[in-house]
Amino acid sequence: MTALTPIAAGLWTDEALPRLIGGRDKQSGRIVFPMPEGDSAANYQAISLSRTGTLWSWTVQGFEPKSPYAGSQPFAPYGVGYVELPGEVIVETRLTRADNLRIGMAVELAIEDFGQGRSTYAFRPVEDI
Amino acid sequence: MTDVCIIGAGIHPFGRTEGRSGRDQGVFAVRQALADAGLDWTDIQFGYGGSSAAGAADIIVNDLGLTGIPIINVANGCATGGSALASAYSAIASGEYNVGMAIGFDKHDRGAFNAKPAEWGLPDWYGETGLMLTTQFFALKLQRYMALHGISRTTLGRVAEKAFENGARCDHAWRRSPVDLDTILNAPMVNDPLTKYMFCSPAEGGVALILASEKKARELGIKPVRLKTAVMRTRPPGSFEVFAPSLDIERGPSPTVLASKAAFEKAGIGPGDIDVAQLQDTESGAEIMHMAENGFCADGDQEQWFAEGRTKLDGALPVNTDGGCLACGEPIGASGLRQVYENVIQLRGTGGARQAPNAPKTAYSHVYGAPGVSAVTIMER
Repeated sequence: MTALTPIAAGLWTDEALPRLIGGRDKQSGRIVFPMPEGDSAANYQAISLSRTGTLWSWTVQGFEPKSPYAGSQPFAPYGVGYVELPGEVIVETRLTRADNLRIGMAVELAIEDFGQGRSTYAFRPVEDI
Repeated sequence: MTDVCIIGAGIHPFGRTEGRSGRDQGVFAVRQALADAGLDWTDIQFGYGGSSAAGAADIIVNDLGLTGIPIINVANGCATGGSALASAYSAIASGEYNVGMAIGFDKHDRGAFNAKPAEWGLPDWYGETGLMLTTQFFALKLQRYMALHGISRTTLGRVAEKAFENGARCDHAWRRSPVDLDTILNAPMVNDPLTKYMFCSPAEGGVALILASEKKARELGIKPVRLKTAVMRTRPPGSFEVFAPSLDIERGPSPTVLASKAAFEKAGIGPGDIDVAQLQDTESGAEIMHMAENGFCADGDQEQWFAEGRTKLDGALPVNTDGGCLACGEPIGASGLRQVYENVIQLRGTGGARQAPNAPKTAYSHVYGAPGVSAVTIMER
């Protein structure tokens, strides 16, 4: 994994068990993901989010998306979901599998090989670990 | 404020028309609307309109005549047509003008829309990792809705079955053949739980509507359809929208709920008073969820409604009488105005094979799109 370059900087922490990096609104306390960029970043404090959560909804991407999709070839259907990180925020994510998904299942963060030497974040059912 | 009336309606058939530009399809619709109202282009005092992928609306003067009128280009995503209509409504209601036009047209490439992250204020990785698809959003919203409210896959199939039944009867629809329930349910999965027949496709088409004050309509001797209200809303906190990398845990209502409530308040009637409705059906589940978001039924009741056929042409509340987006396709700039066009036809009672037999007196239209916009109209005859 160490040879892979994250698909973007600042999405997850560089530690043994990485966590996604969100932003907490300094006024309202509302948490968003990813950490906002540009001028609005000044209104947010970067925070490390929970590694574990529950699947809030899911689907399977059955056809290859058009540009700018940059996944590895040949295309294989992949799971997509929203994961509720308790008390924090619900994040959109790829899932490490595309079958036997169900709302409410326990999941945790995994950093995946995304091809072409790059990595991205995904969530993996805890029952697969 | 004067009452606002729709005195002319024109449409270029939806679908694919090789060799005819989106703008030409818009001009076609304007000419048809003018003929419908018995007016000339020189009678039109202003216009609002636009497209998503087929250029600006004001260039139609090249074809229709350089009369010098103001034409405001509207670029509001899926709510382009609805926003154009809301603006034209206000221009007449304020008394500034007494005859004007709302126009929408479009022409998209085949296949799903490929959104560019930067145009939506999102980072590149969001698109690169395959998270930025409108079809995914609808599937994700629906999957949770079905789990929470007990909606079955059969009901999703019934939405599409009804759409193709109605489309087969409608001369401006793209898909003109019925598709049986088994074929719909067993078709290839696009985004679980939605099969390919449960999604609409980007398409082409054009719609023009001519609006007038009540006084002007009377002078012209036209029996008008009244546009009671046309409202557009953006999203409130906690809503679940297209292209959202994260959502608040504390959930809130949708822009559709805001637009619907405002429209019913302004019109002074409620959902139970509506005789026919055109609801955004980007996919089967959208029609189901939008039935509840617009106040026509409680969450979960759709299961019973579809089992009983209550939204079929001969049901208590016919929904998407021309086959909706599922049968007509979705040219973004024209889609919301198509719904209003269809309501004009239904209120006039000139729908032919697709005419709702309940002789509608009131009609409702609802459009929804990225990044969380909704437009609603209520009409009466």
